[in-house]
Amino acid sequence: MNKTMKKMSTLASAMLLTTAIGAAPSTAQEETFKVGVVSFLSGPAAGPFGIPARNAAELIIDAANAGTLPAPYNTAGIGGAQISTVVIDENSKQKNADFVKLVEKDGVDAIVGYASSGSCKAIAPEAEKLKTLTVFSICGTPQIFEEIVTEPQYLFRTLSHATMDNVAAARYVVETMGDVSTIGGINQNYAWGQDSWRDFSLSVASLKDSVTETETQFPKIFAGQYGSEISALLNAKPDVVHSSFWGGDLEALIIQGSGRGLFGRSQVVLTSSDTAIPRLGAQIPDGTIIGARGLNGPYAPETELAEWFQKAYFDRFGTEPVSPAYQMAQSILAIKAAADQSNSSDPEVIRGALAGLTFESMSGEVNMSLANGHQAITATAYGTYKFDAASGKGTVENVRTYSAGCVNPPANVGSVDWIKGGFEGAVCE
Amino acid sequence: MLTAIAITVDGLGFAAWLFLSSVGLTLIYGVMRILNIAHGGFYALGAYSSAWAIGLYATTGSPIVFSFLLIPLAALIAGLASGLLVERGVLKFMYGRDEVLMVLVTYAIFLILEDATKLIWGTESYVAWQPAFHFGTIDVFDIPYTVYKFIIISVAIIVGIALYFVLNKTRVGKLLLVVIEDREISAALGINVTKFFTVTFVVGAVLGALGGAITAPEISVSPGIGAEIIVLSFAVIVIGGMGSIGGAMIGALIVGFARAASVHLYPPAELFSIYLVMAAVLAVKPYGLFALAESRKI
Repeated sequence: MNKTMKKMSTLASAMLLTTAIGAAPSTAQEETFKVGVVSFLSGPAAGPFGIPARNAAELIIDAANAGTLPAPYNTAGIGGAQISTVVIDENSKQKNADFVKLVEKDGVDAIVGYASSGSCKAIAPEAEKLKTLTVFSICGTPQIFEEIVTEPQYLFRTLSHATMDNVAAARYVVETMGDVSTIGGINQNYAWGQDSWRDFSLSVASLKDSVTETETQFPKIFAGQYGSEISALLNAKPDVVHSSFWGGDLEALIIQGSGRGLFGRSQVVLTSSDTAIPRLGAQIPDGTIIGARGLNGPYAPETELAEWFQKAYFDRFGTEPVSPAYQMAQSILAIKAAADQSNSSDPEVIRGALAGLTFESMSGEVNMSLANGHQAITATAYGTYKFDAASGKGTVENVRTYSAGCVNPPANVGSVDWIKGGFEGAVCE
Repeated sequence: MLTAIAITVDGLGFAAWLFLSSVGLTLIYGVMRILNIAHGGFYALGAYSSAWAIGLYATTGSPIVFSFLLIPLAALIAGLASGLLVERGVLKFMYGRDEVLMVLVTYAIFLILEDATKLIWGTESYVAWQPAFHFGTIDVFDIPYTVYKFIIISVAIIVGIALYFVLNKTRVGKLLLVVIEDREISAALGINVTKFFTVTFVVGAVLGALGGAITAPEISVSPGIGAEIIVLSFAVIVIGGMGSIGGAMIGALIVGFARAASVHLYPPAELFSIYLVMAAVLAVKPYGLFALAESRKI
């Protein structure tokens, strides 16, 4: 018995030693930067939002590791370290617990992602509490840095907040529709929908004070059935119907609203809707005003980086990238830009470099200029939808681009105050 | 006036959808005393089967009018297969257990069905709008409604009448009512209660799948729709009285009209209105409006 135990003990020691020897060189040679990627992998937001965002994360991280991104991102890894990922589903009933697990159990160096403003409102204080570099890619409520985390240290958002989308939408409507006198809205009943409607209606009132609100609806998120709300809007007949619906809710609204003539009776403005173009095609009525939350999708600039992204994404996934893919890519490039600039993969150094940084993404220039350098501003654009039956593809026309300074509030000014004050300091080219 | 008409049509449309989605749930509870949380899974399976089949059919360029046939067909196949599998594979080993335990068992089945749906159709959403627009719209006093909405209302009425006829005018239905009344006495009288359980469960599953299948052309079918419907269905059958087919119809109408009235008259109370009505009904009739009287067993 003793002999057997001795043999086992020797064998175990030998195995441990071998493992240790084997592991040592790789640890020394390859420094890794572990990123937690959070995206909707299930639920109504997965198809149009979460999956494109996850795809973009995979694409950008693989290309960054291989050093095949176009300049100025053509160095391998992040600050010299290879990137590894842990991908989790945002469609979870325990978002905060998932976040804590990413930090404490998975040991990530940074977390990127989150599409829903509801998720971001929950995660924002957690990121600061756990002192973890966290970059929100998509969610839009201005409340994140205006009310929830007012002195951010670890939390960043690399996409403009909802004020940009709705100020630009209001400008587009007022500039292109001379006779607008009434507006209505259908938005989801949570931070994103409420803030979007607030900013849009206030902006329209600020630009043209004769405009009145006739009908505002706030159905539950992911309700799916909007028959009564559409009837109420058809009955009220506002000149403009505004909606910040996104994901599966957006698709259901388009299907149900277009089928009943809502898009013909009112000019419909969809602030976050480019995701529906490849999925619904001809089902989106021509003339619908389409937003992509920045220069994403059909509004992407003609730069080497944007063209590389579109081609690489199409080659790998067989479809063109939509705005959540651009937005996720932008958040990863933000970390890489900060890391490469400081030549470090230390999250503490990266967060210092990211605050106030200006960097280039596939959607143009991004300035981290609000909320002490933690909130980005970018340019955006709106246009009207046109389906081309010959190619079977949808596109946008009558495009107007708005510079970042035109549709985002200046630093240290709240969105509502800025809009009510008549957009003081706005620089529109 | 126009608002009142809109509330009526919208209320009917929502009620029809709710009735189709919840009648299977109340049928199963009435006969088997199982609050079947897996019903949401049957609804989702029906919706996915329908959207997938219609999408596939649409790519062939065949006449859209025939795609309507795919809706009941998808519901029948999805409900029959999943209902039989769940009842024969799991529930038959659990009969006689505590009702609370059965809730947990069906909840576990619901979670399995949710994952099975993802495994079969992936996490992406499906849209299959073709049948919903094929017949265009009808203007009801200046407000256009799709003809498809009236088809759903008609199907709900037909299902309601068919269930009433089967339960009250056929031998099988009368036997089923006896089983609902007292399963022990029924068994003692020689009725094959187990067989009734199987048939009832499968019929309930097919009805749940039909609710999903007929809704699919109007929505974006995506993971999670089963969880949404089970909450609403539960509210409907609680209002109507659990186990009562007529109660499900009345419950659906009450919820449908309450929601439509709220959307048109006071939108902020839209979600609240459903549960306010439920609370009000339960405050007066704790077992719902048409709950079946139960004898107290000593």
